[in-house]
Amino acid sequence: MTDQAHNGEKVAWTEQELAEIEEIASRYPSRRSAMLPVLWMAQHKFGWLSLPVLELVAETVGVPPSEARAVASFYTMLKKKPTGRYVLQVCHTLSCALNGAEEIIRHIESKYDFDENGNTPDGLFTLERVECLASCGSGPMMQVGEHYYERLTPEKVDEILAGFESGEPLPTPRPEADEWQWNLQS
Amino acid sequence: MAMEPSILTSRWKIPDAHRIDVAMKHGAWATLPAALKMAPGEITQVVKDSGLRGRGGAGFPTGVKWGFVPPPEKRNGKPVYLVCNADESEPGTFKDRYLMWKDPHMFLEGIVISAYAIGAKAAYIYLRGEFGFVRRRVDEAIAEARAKGFIGRNILGSGVDVEVYTHLGAGAYICGEETALLSSLEGKKGQPKLKPPFPAVEGAWRAPTIVNNVETMAAVTWIVGHGAAAYREFGTEKSPGTKLLSVSGHVLKPGVYEIDMGIPMMDFIMDTAGGLRPGRKLKAVVPGGSSVPIMTPDEVARATIDYESIHEVSGSYLGSGGMIVMDDTTDLAEGLANLLRFYAHESCGQCTPCREGTGWMFRILKRVKEGRATDVDLATLKNLADNIHSKTICFFGASAAMPVQSWLKKFPDEFFGRVHRTGKVGYADVGAEPPGGDKPGGTTQAAK
Ligand SMILES: Cc1cc2nc3c(=O)[nH]c(=O)nc-3n(C[C@H](O)[C@H](O)[C@H](O)COP(=O)(O)O)c2cc1C
Ligand code: FES
Repeated sequence: MTDQAHNGEKVAWTEQELAEIEEIASRYPSRRSAMLPVLWMAQHKFGWLSLPVLELVAETVGVPPSEARAVASFYTMLKKKPTGRYVLQVCHTLSCALNGAEEIIRHIESKYDFDENGNTPDGLFTLERVECLASCGSGPMMQVGEHYYERLTPEKVDEILAGFESGEPLPTPRPEADEWQWNLQS
Repeated sequence: MAMEPSILTSRWKIPDAHRIDVAMKHGAWATLPAALKMAPGEITQVVKDSGLRGRGGAGFPTGVKWGFVPPPEKRNGKPVYLVCNADESEPGTFKDRYLMWKDPHMFLEGIVISAYAIGAKAAYIYLRGEFGFVRRRVDEAIAEARAKGFIGRNILGSGVDVEVYTHLGAGAYICGEETALLSSLEGKKGQPKLKPPFPAVEGAWRAPTIVNNVETMAAVTWIVGHGAAAYREFGTEKSPGTKLLSVSGHVLKPGVYEIDMGIPMMDFIMDTAGGLRPGRKLKAVVPGGSSVPIMTPDEVARATIDYESIHEVSGSYLGSGGMIVMDDTTDLAEGLANLLRFYAHESCGQCTPCREGTGWMFRILKRVKEGRATDVDLATLKNLADNIHSKTICFFGASAAMPVQSWLKKFPDEFFGRVHRTGKVGYADVGAEPPGGDKPGGTTQAAK
């Protein structure tokens, strides 16, 4: 895929999505504020933000395409390139690093052939090093989809990734720390 | 061990306390009806009297900030907005996520009460992009509260309208800074703006806007429900109340704890947070999120956990309450390089000292860590930090500079021990106390 992907495909909203966008825009005194919500919607729908998709967003929000591109470029979670089906976002900031984040990252790297964009050739995985995800007490940790996998060990990573390889769906998003946090145990 | 107070976390152990019927059995939304019978100014006064200080990091008195909203006749017809800062991106900080996850009704009730107090009809909760799952839970709680008439139009028949919306960021640490957050809310890049004008006067959509942290909002619920005097029974004279601490790093029981401000820091680390692994010694503590200066074990032993003591004893800050504990296995050169990678990555790029300086500091620290630097590099590092601090639009520059300045000053051996000594630079050049025998320019032999 190239940056021109989504060309030729029909890049458009459904009636229902348009209604949703209008509802979102009505929450703010300025339509421009719907920019991030609409960028998120576009990313969920099209997988990533190619130029045709960004043009659609710009038109929807009522700004020039260059504005949508500039905003999208500012935020790391908005994907300007295609990613694998499971994006493994491993935190490598201080608290996680103190508890072995690098070991986890090296372990994942040793399992697959990642290209320079961090993607595996089969399109299954993308590996990303990310900064602190507010789960510092339960590191090392990674986010996949919306789920936080916490207190990782190489063995736990093997188990999680084997699940993905066999096509397991992503779990219902929640932090796992719920189950072990000391002062929350009654 | 002292009893831990539980005023913000009172429902955290109750199963399903995020559901409104469970939460209401344990006191949720019981304060709002009484608050709506008070005049807005009375609520602001209670919050002022409580001495509550903002829990997002800066510690600014909440009631005083609310008082900066111009009166209606001076607003040019503009509405007032309340924005709840749920961006929680400061490394080491994870209390707001717990609070929103465990008991979203606690801070939502505070948001409605605060919006009423400042005259806002709309409140926006800005969550960092990674908190999609938290957002869903908060949205469910908002829908439940709306169904019961606590949010929306004519709340409980009082004639007061407050709408509450969630807004998801998309991955940018700087969006935690309030002016950047508001730019992001407006659909722009999250770039900070010069203050003044302060958001309370000119904020979101150029209208008066109060930005408050999640924990601040939760504390408002308790304070308005129980009174300022009851709140002041916790904490110290100048740091009243309780504080949520999120503790991580080399402790056996990391997690989120609510503490009575003023307790000894060492006791908190060694008892409440489970202490260190067997046989390990404490090396250093970053008490309030990665941006605040580091503390030595001696300072930790002398400090109590409140805004004043931490600063008096160590020059550091309570900040967000994100405490990072490091034991004697920690390589501080590597730790600081890790943090500077973070700041270099997260600089928004507007101000030259910050954009160029953070990357430069990171590159130097990377070489220090890898043993490819000289002592002259350490002096450059210190110089760079000094020239970033207070020379940028927002406080991010200082946030990146303070770790560099304090880690070099308090732990010079960790850095000088890793570099090639030219003899041109000594401890004093990085702001550190010269140890016996080390003077600027005179240590080449000794170091070899
Ligand atoms: C670089 C930077 C990052 C910040 N990140 C956060 C954050 O994630 N959450 C937060 O509540 N405040 C953060 N703040 C502080 C906010 O600018 C603001 O002071 C705070 O939200 C006000 O709320 P409070 O008075 O209730 O603390 C940050 C400040 C700076 C300079
Ligand atoms: S340091 Fe990894 S989640 Fe905070």
